[in-house]
Amino acid sequence: MATSFEYAPAPESRGVVDIASSYGLFIDGDFVDGSGGSFKTISPASEEVLADIAEATEADVDLAVRAARRAYTRVWSRLSGRERGKYLFRIARILQERAREFAVLESLDNGKPIKESRDTDIPLAAAHFFYYAGWADKLSYAFPGETDPKPLGVAGQVIPWNFPLLMLAWKIAPALATGNTVVLKPAETTPLTALLFAQVCQQADLPPGVVNIVTGAGETGRAVVSHPGVNKVAFTGSTEVGRLIARAVAGTDKKVTLELGGKAANIVFDDAPVDQAVEGIVNGIFFNQGHVCCAGSRLLVQESVADEVLARLKRRMRTLRVGDPLDKNTDIGAINSREQLDKIRALSEIGEQEGSERWSAPCELPTRGFWFAPTIFTGVTQAHRIAREEIFGPVLSVLTFRTPKEAVEKANNTPFGLSAGIWSDKGSRILWMADQLRAGVVWANTFNKFDPTSPFGGYKESGYGREGGRHGLEGYLR
Amino acid sequence: MLDAKGRFLANIAQGSRKDARDAVVAARKAFGGWSGRTAYNRGQILYRIAEVMEGRRDQFTAELQASEGIPIAKARTYVDASIDRWVWYAGWTDKITQVVGGANPVAAPYFNLSSPEPTGVVAVIAPQGPLLGLTSVIAPVIASGNTAVVIASERYPVPAITLSECLATADLPAGVVNILTGSAGEIAPWLASHMDVNGIDLTGATDPELATSLEADAAENLKRVRRPAPQDGPEDLLATPALDRMTQFLEVKTVWHPIGT
Repeated sequence: MATSFEYAPAPESRGVVDIASSYGLFIDGDFVDGSGGSFKTISPASEEVLADIAEATEADVDLAVRAARRAYTRVWSRLSGRERGKYLFRIARILQERAREFAVLESLDNGKPIKESRDTDIPLAAAHFFYYAGWADKLSYAFPGETDPKPLGVAGQVIPWNFPLLMLAWKIAPALATGNTVVLKPAETTPLTALLFAQVCQQADLPPGVVNIVTGAGETGRAVVSHPGVNKVAFTGSTEVGRLIARAVAGTDKKVTLELGGKAANIVFDDAPVDQAVEGIVNGIFFNQGHVCCAGSRLLVQESVADEVLARLKRRMRTLRVGDPLDKNTDIGAINSREQLDKIRALSEIGEQEGSERWSAPCELPTRGFWFAPTIFTGVTQAHRIAREEIFGPVLSVLTFRTPKEAVEKANNTPFGLSAGIWSDKGSRILWMADQLRAGVVWANTFNKFDPTSPFGGYKESGYGREGGRHGLEGYLR
Repeated sequence: MLDAKGRFLANIAQGSRKDARDAVVAARKAFGGWSGRTAYNRGQILYRIAEVMEGRRDQFTAELQASEGIPIAKARTYVDASIDRWVWYAGWTDKITQVVGGANPVAAPYFNLSSPEPTGVVAVIAPQGPLLGLTSVIAPVIASGNTAVVIASERYPVPAITLSECLATADLPAGVVNILTGSAGEIAPWLASHMDVNGIDLTGATDPELATSLEADAAENLKRVRRPAPQDGPEDLLATPALDRMTQFLEVKTVWHPIGT
């Protein structure tokens, strides 16, 4: 097939969202002006300015933590689990009802394809609230030997820009279900769905101060994490920042969970169904533009099938549609920011300089906005930086192996340990591999699957603690 | 080392930075084999440790009396509790997986199972309680398949040496437990900053300044850290332990697989 089908544009309507020209901070149940400056959030697909966002100062964060403490002491910790659960169920319902609005807003602010925000991010976020809602009055069943687990107090939460609402749900739902109150900082490039969520909290009549949203960049995040009134720190983001946080909380009583970077191996054996494996490779690295901490960014393919797998992978990559995030046919949207685009470009250039061969799918990239064509590198060795460092973009490093043992050694040869993939038709081999891989999530004959009931989190420098499932309660209880 | 009455007790090795590093190498080398043993086998070995200790009950009792200057009845209580603790953890080796792990009912046709795995090499700063304290921090770490580098109580190292002899004669593979005697203040920073150590138990780091600096050092490779004093006050070593001494050095792994015909 020499040419791909022509598609007529099929954009989702922006009419469902109502973006204000500027947003304040959500503290104690109301939107308030911050005491500092502001910054702009843009659509990475067009560089269009979407809104002015308040940048929370240390004093603003202090107000938010105080509000959260008041709400904890006076209201939330006194409420029965059953009543807390009702609020969470209500939030889940509202997210479902307003799903289209959230999906469009997420794709606008983040750049991800509408088919992903619509079918993955928003439904999973709602499901997460629904799941933890049910735990709120069953905490005494969660941990054997712990019949009366207690909340910690105020949780300070800092989330990344790759799955803005979903990461918010992963943080807020278990915190509230366990009886904690929250000060959450969304990423500076993607604050809009968190601010819309603040409106959902109002709509659900959540008591003021139980959820506070403070927008800003690194300094605001630092203020949240290091505030002495915070009892729990939950962070998702880079390993670099995770290290700083782990250091900053040393000697305090703050409980910490960190979900950090990854460099997952996606391992394809010679007996794998090739077409399914190729779909899995594509999903593994190009889902969400590769802005995924658990992305399958290192392809380990068995030498005997490497040529065939790569040929079919390239053929498949030629059919990927890169472009307008709001178009329902788009597979790959915009890179989230200029800064991230620069990082992806820099590491890709290093890949070439270090001797790997670069191949990008031929595609026309829009002239405005931040874009990067889906790219693979072959001839990569384990010492290459593109095989060791997290690129966080649509860039796949391809390595080969001969034996299962070699695959395990290469897969585990990384300071990270978040996820891994295995493609094989042989059950005993899959289970042996799953056993040997030092990673918190292992996807066998699938990749990038998430569910509120399924614990997620890393080994080694990918962080500690689990989010999701019964395990996800642990980081919020004592 | 002097006894409780100030008389000569024994000469004790002063562990150094190099000893700490060698111990980490030994612990890493032993990790694959020990974590790969069946839980049943690990349980048998832990039980064997209890049996060997039982055979040297009088020696341990005498050592506790001499080191701490405590009456024989109290010494016996601690020795017996230490032996019982090994038995308790021997029973946990093949149960913790079911208690901590389980199947997850995901909303799609996938088999989804979470199970705990050992974190890796764990550095342990043992509390001053010479035998029960030491047992209470080592047993939970190795029961689940971790290997350990332990800094024994600086004040009471003699029971730690006798315990090492018990471990060595109880079929515990070489390198699973490595015990260093000497100063925690001197040795521990090398373990806290060691890039091939995956976790650190600060139970014995009772000096807050030392504990804080060790926790900060541990951040470099994101070690799992168990802080010294639990919020609810000092631990009652004679009480039945909570599970967190095991779970803090476990990683939950979740495996997905499609279900279909």
